Amino acid sequence: MEGLSRHYGPVVALDRLDLTLQPGELIALLGPSGCGKTTTLRLLAGLEDADSGHISVGGKDITHLSAAKRDMGMVFQAYSLFPHMTVRQNVAFGLRLRRVSAARRDKRAIEMLDLVGLATQADRYPHQISGGQQQRVALARALAIEPQVLLLDEPLSALDAKVRAQLRDQIRRIQLEVGITTLFVTHDQEEALAIADRVGVMREGHLEQLAPPTEVYSRPATPFVAEFVGLSNRLTGEVRDGEVTVRGRTLPLVERDVPDGQVVALVRPEAVTLASHTTSESGPLVGTVIAVSFLGATSRVTVDLGDTTILAQLTTSDASALPAGSRVALTIRPDPVLVSASSEPAAAADEEA
Amino acid sequence: MAALASVGETPVPVTAGRPSGMQARRRRRLNAFRYVVFTVFGLFFIVPLLAMARFSLEGAKLGTWSLSAWRQIASYQNTGIPPLLSAIEITLELAVITCVVTLVLLVPTMIWIRLRVQWLARTVEFLCLLPLTIPAIVLVVGLGPIYNRIQHYSLSALMLFWVYVILALPYAYRALAAGLSAIDVTTLAEAARSLGASWFSVIVRVIAPNMWQAILNAVLLTAALVLGEFTIAYLLLYTNLQEELYAISRNTPNAGVVFSTSLAALLFAFALLLILSYAGRRRRGRG
Amino acid sequence: MAVATTTKTGARPSWSGRRPSVPAWAGTVPFFAYVGVFLLLPTGIVVVDSLKNPNGSWAVSNVTELGNPLVRGYFIGSLKLCLLSSVSGAVLGAILAYAVASGNPDGVVRRLYISASGVLAQFGGVTLAFAFLVTIGPVGLLFHASWYYEFPWGIGLIYTYFQIPLMVLVFLPAIDGLKVQWREASENLGSSAWQYWRYVGGPLLAPAFLGATLLLFANALSAFATIQAWENQIAYIVPQQISTALSSEVGLSNVNVADLLALGMVILVAIVMTGYALLQRRAARWLR
Repeated sequence: MEGLSRHYGPVVALDRLDLTLQPGELIALLGPSGCGKTTTLRLLAGLEDADSGHISVGGKDITHLSAAKRDMGMVFQAYSLFPHMTVRQNVAFGLRLRRVSAARRDKRAIEMLDLVGLATQADRYPHQISGGQQQRVALARALAIEPQVLLLDEPLSALDAKVRAQLRDQIRRIQLEVGITTLFVTHDQEEALAIADRVGVMREGHLEQLAPPTEVYSRPATPFVAEFVGLSNRLTGEVRDGEVTVRGRTLPLVERDVPDGQVVALVRPEAVTLASHTTSESGPLVGTVIAVSFLGATSRVTVDLGDTTILAQLTTSDASALPAGSRVALTIRPDPVLVSASSEPAAAADEEA
Repeated sequence: MAALASVGETPVPVTAGRPSGMQARRRRRLNAFRYVVFTVFGLFFIVPLLAMARFSLEGAKLGTWSLSAWRQIASYQNTGIPPLLSAIEITLELAVITCVVTLVLLVPTMIWIRLRVQWLARTVEFLCLLPLTIPAIVLVVGLGPIYNRIQHYSLSALMLFWVYVILALPYAYRALAAGLSAIDVTTLAEAARSLGASWFSVIVRVIAPNMWQAILNAVLLTAALVLGEFTIAYLLLYTNLQEELYAISRNTPNAGVVFSTSLAALLFAFALLLILSYAGRRRRGRG
Repeated sequence: MAVATTTKTGARPSWSGRRPSVPAWAGTVPFFAYVGVFLLLPTGIVVVDSLKNPNGSWAVSNVTELGNPLVRGYFIGSLKLCLLSSVSGAVLGAILAYAVASGNPDGVVRRLYISASGVLAQFGGVTLAFAFLVTIGPVGLLFHASWYYEFPWGIGLIYTYFQIPLMVLVFLPAIDGLKVQWREASENLGSSAWQYWRYVGGPLLAPAFLGATLLLFANALSAFATIQAWENQIAYIVPQQISTALSSEVGLSNVNVADLLALGMVILVAIVMTGYALLQRRAARWLR
């Protein structure tokens, strides 16, 4: 896709977007609502028209091809199974349109249902199966026609948390097994990081960064990315000679050539470690624990440093030694940090739960 | 089957102006279809009304115009039939009485059922929808003996309200049910009761005000029904608006006043319903 | 802390003290009493009297009078008219409903057409007949339709006038219930517009459409005022015959004619409405 633009009246949904998917890879488009990720997907599917730009698949320009003629399979967020058809008929529908014989259709449908693990439900109706199962059927249906590209529009957003995690891994497994080029749209960064080959973080019609998950997480390209993906502490610091000093600690920078001066440094909670502080001396890295959030294997500890608060992430066993009220001393691991000159948070929009 | 979905070399600008994609084209075709449909049907529905209007403005000689038919609404009378104005009055009074009785009968009952006697809900719903299955023409056959008794007490046409309420039940019930289901009746009632309200207060001061749109809807549907009712009045030998119009037309064919009155009633009802749809908006949900 | 309450309709409230045990359902007595007297009683009278002779003795065999060719003629007349107006009303109404549904959900046009439908569906009766009389009747302003007084064509057209809005009111929710995702998924899988309607949209709307048609049928069956104002010299349909029977002493035979015809109508409408209810349930499941 290149130079794709789309606007609805005065609202710009996409602004000259360029995006290339390699064969067999899964790209996750991540971003807050309204950032244009769903628009991108729908443009690729042909369900909406671009105002300008081109789309090509396998070298062939499909920009003006109707949705029905593009060879893509799509899984919607919800409600897309035809309620008057059984699961089997739903999956076979695309093949029926292509005039595949009934016997071959059926065989292929069962094959696909096996792939998603629902062959036993073949003769049920959509309202008789659970939400997670419905989405698996939708996946089978999309894959049955052997499309060139698989498109997933927030397929897990309407499901329970537990089902979401299971299904996400299953989708990835199937995608790798079939080897199909896939575009996956989501607002849940955990999902995106967990399954993608590359993650594209979008904001207001722009692609802010397109890189493998680890890179997006540890070397965010912009403050927005740093704040949208994972948590960040915002700490004032001073840049000098390609390094930034934050509360007395000197940390390397992600980008070498930042001009000297006052900045806001984005420090990940995992880079902050705590130790019990028994002496009475105070300093820039001494504070009091205000709250501890139990997250299972890890816990997030909020520490009051007097002039600001900072989040640290510890294993739960470590955190249990530091209940609220204890005095602690902090160290910051020297991971490269991103700095931004502005003092406004870049990711102003609330993350969806 | 892996595919490379890709980017080209340089972006090629596309002409600004009309979106040219498939979806836009489809949308345009659809809109063309819609305009044709609306025009054709619009004409079909408007033309008879316009014809009525034209007739109602007909003067003494063909081709001339005159407001006499409209002025006659207040003054028309002829031998053998009661004055038009009294028929209008009776019908309007009937509409009011029917609306009031319907509300008094249905609103407390429906709320009460929702709160305390849910097992009766199906039965009440069935009874309320039954008048759709038992047409007025059938009802009036069985009403003969009953109205004979009623006429011992009063000969007024206002006594029609007893059966008009029944006719209104299906429409009023559906309107009120929609309103009830949109609010959390149980919680409201419990909150009011815990603050010391009597059941009467709960119904009248707490719940009913929260479903005012549904109540308004029910009132308007009932009023429209009463304004248009003919069959029962005719067969029970009462005079109401529609029966009067019928009688006038039999008596004096093509009397202009028939058309002016009909149009007036129609426009009145239409205006009310239009207002209602604006008053109760933003309640529909999609998918 | 005692909460003082007054119980208007004598329920057994759970949060007040000892009260005389008047059951909760007592509050619904006014409703049932009213409906009992003015709905159930007349219906009962119709059913019972139809099975009796005019002198009061039982004659259950009266039911066979329904097979009387004269009576049959009226029922056939009714059926002809109802079929004509319900099918044409359904098809045309469905087209109009689709046009309304595919527009702006909050737009003026939609609001206008729905309000208009609300009014016009009730606008039957004498005024409608007059309106058509001056449009295509003998002194019609538009033109004179020679078939205006022909049964069932002239009156059928008039019936269509209020059947179409009723169809819009009843069928529009069903069209709204067609989820956009179904259309998009179908397209994505390769269907053309025609294929979508044939395999997905059509089958999904079918129960609602049939149900609505049945409702229109029942509606036409019960109509009386319109045809009476259109032509009251000749009785074509059952309601008109009931009217004649009620206003004259001379019946078809010894039978309480009006009651019998009314009974026949009730049975017919009940069958139709049952069909409607069943189809509605199916439609609701898919299109909710």
